[in-house]
Amino acid sequence: MNAPVHGSTAFDRPAHVGRGMSRPNAKRLLAGKGNYVTDLALPRMLHAAFVRSPHAHARIGAIDVEAARAAPGVRLVATGEDIAKLCTPWTGTLDHFKGMKSAPQLPLPVDKVVWSGQAVVAVVADSRAEAEDAAELVMIDYEELPVLADLDTALAPDAPKVTEDFADNLCFRSALDSGGVDAVFASAAHVVEADFLFGRHTGVPLEPRAIIADYDASEHRLTVHHATQTPFQFQDLYSRHYGIPEARVRVVAPDVGGSFGVKLHVYNEDMAVVGLSILCRRPVKFVADRLEAFVSDIHARDHRVHARAAVAADGTLLAMDVEDETGIGAFSTYPRTSVVEGNQVIRLIGAPYRLEGYRAGLKVVFQNKVQTSQYRAVGHPIACAVTEHLVDEAARVTGLDPLEIRAKNVIPDTAYPCASLSGYKFEKLSHEACLTKLRALMDYERLRTEQAELRARGILRGIGIATFVEITNPTPAFYGIGGARISAQDGAVLAVTPSGEVRCQISVTEQGQGTETIVGQVIADHLGVPRDIIRVMTGDTAVTPHGGATWACRGAGIGGETALQAARKLKTNVLSLAAGILQAKPADLDLVNAEVVDRDGTVRMSLAEVARIAYFRSDTLPDGAEAQLTVAHHFAPKGYPFAFTNGIHGCHVEVDAETGLVKILKHFVVEDCGRIINPLLVEEQVRGGVVQGLGAAFFEECLYDQGGQLTNGSLADYLVPMSCEMPDILIDHVETPTLDTELGAKGCGEAGTAAASAAALNAVNDALGPLGARLTQVPMTPARILKALGRF
Amino acid sequence: MEEARAAFLAVDGDASYISGGQSLVPALAMRLQAPAVLVDLSGIADLRGVELQGETLRIGALTRHADALTHPLIARHAPLLNAAAPFVAHPAIRNRGTLGGSVSLADPASEFPAMMLAMGAQMEIFGEDGFRRVPADDYFIDLYQTALEPGDILTALYVPSVGPHHRWAFDELARRRGDYAMVGAGILAHMDGALVESARIALFSVGSTPVRAPGAEAALAGRLLDAKTIADAQRALDDDLDPPDDEHIPAAMRRHLARVLLGRLLQRLGETP
Repeated sequence: MNAPVHGSTAFDRPAHVGRGMSRPNAKRLLAGKGNYVTDLALPRMLHAAFVRSPHAHARIGAIDVEAARAAPGVRLVATGEDIAKLCTPWTGTLDHFKGMKSAPQLPLPVDKVVWSGQAVVAVVADSRAEAEDAAELVMIDYEELPVLADLDTALAPDAPKVTEDFADNLCFRSALDSGGVDAVFASAAHVVEADFLFGRHTGVPLEPRAIIADYDASEHRLTVHHATQTPFQFQDLYSRHYGIPEARVRVVAPDVGGSFGVKLHVYNEDMAVVGLSILCRRPVKFVADRLEAFVSDIHARDHRVHARAAVAADGTLLAMDVEDETGIGAFSTYPRTSVVEGNQVIRLIGAPYRLEGYRAGLKVVFQNKVQTSQYRAVGHPIACAVTEHLVDEAARVTGLDPLEIRAKNVIPDTAYPCASLSGYKFEKLSHEACLTKLRALMDYERLRTEQAELRARGILRGIGIATFVEITNPTPAFYGIGGARISAQDGAVLAVTPSGEVRCQISVTEQGQGTETIVGQVIADHLGVPRDIIRVMTGDTAVTPHGGATWACRGAGIGGETALQAARKLKTNVLSLAAGILQAKPADLDLVNAEVVDRDGTVRMSLAEVARIAYFRSDTLPDGAEAQLTVAHHFAPKGYPFAFTNGIHGCHVEVDAETGLVKILKHFVVEDCGRIINPLLVEEQVRGGVVQGLGAAFFEECLYDQGGQLTNGSLADYLVPMSCEMPDILIDHVETPTLDTELGAKGCGEAGTAAASAAALNAVNDALGPLGARLTQVPMTPARILKALGRF
Repeated sequence: MEEARAAFLAVDGDASYISGGQSLVPALAMRLQAPAVLVDLSGIADLRGVELQGETLRIGALTRHADALTHPLIARHAPLLNAAAPFVAHPAIRNRGTLGGSVSLADPASEFPAMMLAMGAQMEIFGEDGFRRVPADDYFIDLYQTALEPGDILTALYVPSVGPHHRWAFDELARRRGDYAMVGAGILAHMDGALVESARIALFSVGSTPVRAPGAEAALAGRLLDAKTIADAQRALDDDLDPPDDEHIPAAMRRHLARVLLGRLLQRLGETP
């Protein structure tokens, strides 16, 4: 891991990249010194609360706001009509998803509500408590409409429409077909198949959504303090929808307490708060409480998949054929849509394996629920569980061991570059190397022996394996091509300060994952300074250049490469200036540990001295010497459309067949995210991701009744995984750097979530197999396990 | 206590007593309750303290959940409370929540109210006519409904001290540690060797109140605690229960889990030295 990064100069001995360095901001956050939007109080700030629809589908009649307006502390009560005068509607479609449709949305609805919990009226008051008190006084007449609460209801030929103007409730359809699939199935020795259900769940970041909009009418200027992953995306959206020139809109994301994809979508309340600030001419704050988060944060998953695989007698996988139906909300989410997950499901199924044929269909279906959209490991857990369950079934019918059948069928490490039948182009993956490492990491044979011994004593243990491919670091082919103003590039401004320290202002953002740490590590190596003199600043459109920020695991790969290139550029300037001062040739100098050195390592002058002269005594510089100690650099990924990564999970469980409770004994991951900048952070990304995946496997599910009411929308009822139930997670790495960048890093933030639930599903089925029970639904609750066992 | 009652009654019942606040404050935050007045009981000294009075342990209503884990008198004389305490929520909640508050609220999924039944405790209540005591068997009436009248204050829990022939067992089946259980139970049995002379079994999360299991208790009484007796008690338990049918945990599943749990607890009871 400490091998030099290719492309380094002869002097350059990376000292930071590859090392497990702790996060400079961790102590501050641990000490309670974090500065979250919730902590921020601006002068004259007001607070918003929202009246929410109790109905999942209803026409809005008369709205009586008089009592609320008269309530203590109330400054404004605003309806959909009031805010519609200020804000243009938005539509969550992208051009490259041919034929997709979604109705336009406003911050607050003017004609009907389409999910239970939708914000209808805003109340702004001196305190949140007064705003909530007054919100209870708003009277709204509703005329209830038929509720579409599940896929079948919404897909029925005579179904009522979520949007009356549309011919049906289909947001989007897609199909893939490599050709010849039917013939392969017809001649295959075995066909295995299953129907899968993947529960709806949601992100539950520790910090809920929070926003303060501060409109200054005197300058027609808007400042938004926003717990978001993507400040520039929101700068653009607030500017365009409220008609405020972009340069007058500033979005500041201070400390952000987790996001997982939740905090990069347009939410009705957030857009409304901007309008409320414009109407009040005062700062307006809104923090979603946890109950509001459950009915307004994006949800994800909610897929029903029928899948089958054709298998040769020797266990060779031949073809897969899948149908995915996914229920989204009443709208497609803006601006990233609600169809990306389904699209990635059908493209990722089978992706680790050599197949002769692949066919897939996708239906994305409107229903009266809160919108779904991109949440950590978009589509991956579904694709992975479908694929890996079928692979286990193939192993079962052919009598192969689960690791053996995977070793037999994964794309060999020597076969790259290549492409999946669904069209994904792989630069270089390492399934075989990962599989070999996992076998050792798990001590697989010993676990199998122990399993057999314990089974004889009535103890049911299971071992599950899941191989995955992960999509990271998208190029403009992901959103830009569809017309979204979501940047695939990032930018950095890097400067040596007058005292010889380094300041980096970079457009990738930090939500607790350590983006700032790794950016600093990359700069430390490629500029030639210690990490602790580098200050990395993120999350403010007034501070950093424009960039895509943090999503799709792009912080390290794209942000890191941006920092690397900027550091190179700055180093060139520093050495050029130093050469002028020292009457030497730049090529004979290097910057090491913040000192300008000769080829033989002799220190010539400190970086601080170069900076002092540049900033305060430029009069002493020789003619032609350029004191350019600030550089700007932008980088967009080119080459492969995505930097695919890969890995493999193992899950070890013990199932109590009497209670349906599962003890997760241990979880294992071998992953390949390319160049590892910081193994500590990579492993914590993987662990956090695994925990979210195990949450999907055993705990998390947004449950709705037939009336479209969320029945478990609190943290008492919606179970997130907690430390007591989580196992030790052992991790090992294979490092296959991408050659598309000098840094070679790819993404790692979703590797844990991508396959953990699939491995857990396979583990439970491995434990229950001898009892003839089989589960193809997550979460695997005690009720579902006992049902599968016929215990009640 | 008179003053507290007066404050409560002065607003025509639009008031709530507060002690630890671990159920009330979340309910207020969620706007599920909005009393005009909160009457804080935490300053009333008579509601504090744990003391042995002859063969009975008096546990003041303000005694914290955490004390059930650590108080030597509770561990010695009311071991079921001690056994249940680690399952009650999490340390931060146990440090504030009070036993009196829990028994006053009478959440049917809570551990402590059910243990009042299993231990045969009496609730001391201060009301219109001064103090009265209500046996646990008469105290739990319906969902969140107890023998407490508006304005009544639960002042203390009186628990019969366990003797050398008592054995006990507690456990629950929960999806996560500290959560409300899918099913939970506590047993206090009077035994002579392997012979069960009598047993009190109380379950929680199986109905609208914590419930005794008279059928299962009868199946145990006077019997040796062997596999057949356990199976008989498990069978008898079915008639003791009428669990709600909720979509996440169907009634049949709760019955099944209750049977499994009872079997395991009785097994454990038999193994206790």
